[in-house]
Amino acid sequence: MGAVTLRGFGWRHAGRKAWAVRGVDLRVEAGERVLLLGASGAGKSTLLAALAGLLPGDSGEQEGTVEIDGLDPRKARERVGIVFQDPETQLVMARCGDDVAFGLENRGVPADEIWPRVDEALHRVGFPYHRDRPTAALSGGEQQRLALAGALALRPALLLLDEPTANLDPAGATLVRQAVAGALDADTTLILVEHRVAEALPLVDRVVVLEPGGGVRADGPPAAVFAAHGDALAADGVWVPGRTVPPRHATAPAGDLLLTADRLGLPPRSAPTDLSVRAGEALAVLGPNGAGKSTLALLLGGLLRPGTGTVTASTILAGRDSGTPPHRWRAPALARRIGSVFQDPEHQFVTGTVFDELALGPRRTGQSEAAVKTTVDALLDRLRLAKLAGANPYTLSGGEARRLSVATALATAPRLLICDEPTFGQDRRTWRELVDLFAEVRDAGHGVVTVTHDPDFVAALADRTLSLERP
Amino acid sequence: MIVVEPVAASGAPLARRNPVAKLVAALVFSLALIATLDPVAPALAIAVELAVLPLFGIRYRVLARRAWPLLASAAGILITLVLFAADRSGRVLVEAGPVLVTSGVLLTALGLVLRTIAVALPGVIVFATTDPTDLADALIQNARAPARFAIGALAAFRLVPLLGQEWQMISMARRARGVDAGRNPLAKLRLFVSTAFALLVGAIRRGTRLAVAMDARGFDAGTPRTTARRQRFTTADALLIAGAAVLGGGALAASILLGTFRPLIG
Repeated sequence: MGAVTLRGFGWRHAGRKAWAVRGVDLRVEAGERVLLLGASGAGKSTLLAALAGLLPGDSGEQEGTVEIDGLDPRKARERVGIVFQDPETQLVMARCGDDVAFGLENRGVPADEIWPRVDEALHRVGFPYHRDRPTAALSGGEQQRLALAGALALRPALLLLDEPTANLDPAGATLVRQAVAGALDADTTLILVEHRVAEALPLVDRVVVLEPGGGVRADGPPAAVFAAHGDALAADGVWVPGRTVPPRHATAPAGDLLLTADRLGLPPRSAPTDLSVRAGEALAVLGPNGAGKSTLALLLGGLLRPGTGTVTASTILAGRDSGTPPHRWRAPALARRIGSVFQDPEHQFVTGTVFDELALGPRRTGQSEAAVKTTVDALLDRLRLAKLAGANPYTLSGGEARRLSVATALATAPRLLICDEPTFGQDRRTWRELVDLFAEVRDAGHGVVTVTHDPDFVAALADRTLSLERP
Repeated sequence: MIVVEPVAASGAPLARRNPVAKLVAALVFSLALIATLDPVAPALAIAVELAVLPLFGIRYRVLARRAWPLLASAAGILITLVLFAADRSGRVLVEAGPVLVTSGVLLTALGLVLRTIAVALPGVIVFATTDPTDLADALIQNARAPARFAIGALAAFRLVPLLGQEWQMISMARRARGVDAGRNPLAKLRLFVSTAFALLVGAIRRGTRLAVAMDARGFDAGTPRTTARRQRFTTADALLIAGAAVLGGGALAASILLGTFRPLIG
């Protein structure tokens, strides 16, 4: 049970010109553990959706065949369990036990069997709370373990995991991986999509790499695949283990003071914190989920009114306005001085095309149309977005949207750049570009503050770190 | 995420009743009050409602905190009617410039305010003492509501508190981009519309993802559903509805006997 066969499989979403995935021939035997890799846009998530029977026939066009134990996945749904990336949109019920029971109810499991199976599934994933606990009171890592329990309670023969740890801090991600390792039966087939390969390798015995243009690029035991294709895969953006990126730390000492925070906080979201940022330095703010890192970024960025303490901008940063706190500045003045990049790029998109999106800031801050065009063209080139100048920002892939959101903040040439989890969910190629870009910006004399729980990013870029605790 | 939880002690005798029974009782009780325009029946009804509060495990202080929007709108109705009512019959009480307050005006206004409170309170009591999950379960099991509707609404309801945070996030993200409205009302309207649009796009995406996740766990796949949590409709629940009907009818009867009854129609 749980064997997968794909023959020349392809899928094109309705209304799209390009195939999301195409020409895939693959056979996975029952009980195999497969890590599915591929550059951003290679169709990994579409393939998982097809295996889970979540692509209705009328939602696109199919090529070739996909079968689970010889059945169409849409008719073999009870054999498959899937866990997605975002905890918030896969928990259905308000209480933990009810959420695990939800799938069992849907499958018509007799009422007296439901609760024993719920308890068993919660126990398997090492869930630390009683089943009456509200799902909203869980951390991201706990929510993902609960989602895993919800999938396992249905006793799937094939378990699909679509980047289940991408939204989590390192501690939460480790707990989820341990839960996966401990909860699987020997004969359960596992197909896992995960950007961070090194962390995922202990869970798998086989690696399959999808080719972005179609087909399977490589397939075999992890060591053999990485020995034969490691360089090419790394260049394509796959996180091949053991390949470190040369660090880009500041070569010159930090310059003028830009921003000072004195006991800055917003209880109960963020505890009072002291910090200062200088020109030509990259500061990384670390801490577990819930420590108030994002809130601190918003406070520093002049977007939230401080609950405690003060933010003071230096005259280098704010000129005549240095006497007023940033949250009282008008928006165009703020955008000229402090650029903020949000965790979710889509929050920041305002216009209908990539070009207008980049031009918005310069136009709002009163640049001439010629100067705007020069700035925008340079950024389009620098961030490999030139071909997408006319595209709608909401249609971009994750990596493209991230590059665009960083570029929009840079378009007004602010002296201080504040980014919330800029590398989150990115493939290795975009990740390297971001490191290089931030390093350039810093070396040109700007201050860069990044809120992050990506230890590699900190090692590659940060000149200084600040760790927050949960308040 | 913000948790929407009942504010009442869940062990109270009437709070424990079947959610559908509570809902029907509230409807029956309120219906009786909608029939009349006089202030006596709703005043009696409010007295009854306040008297049964302890049986629902709600403390008066908690209710006052919860129900302040209701009291505020009641005050708004009172002021509007006193100032603008067309019917200026009865004894003149206050005459200050254009404002003419007569006993007729005051009586009508008072009737409407009391009616608003009397009709809304049962709803407040039901939702303050009912867990949304229990309500969905009871709707499916005791009122034969389709699970597709009840569970779907329940899941969507969980995402509602997120919208507020999302709105704040989008507004801040726009300010960071150099977009604000300043004092220009037209720019303010434009910014509001574009923020609302971004919120809508995000909400649809989130809703779609949730629907896919529910789909993946076999929701609405055609298999007959079982229920993990039993909701029972007992004699006590039927009695609650009967009691509500008697009390609501009683308030109406009292108003008729006292001669204050003014039918809504006719």
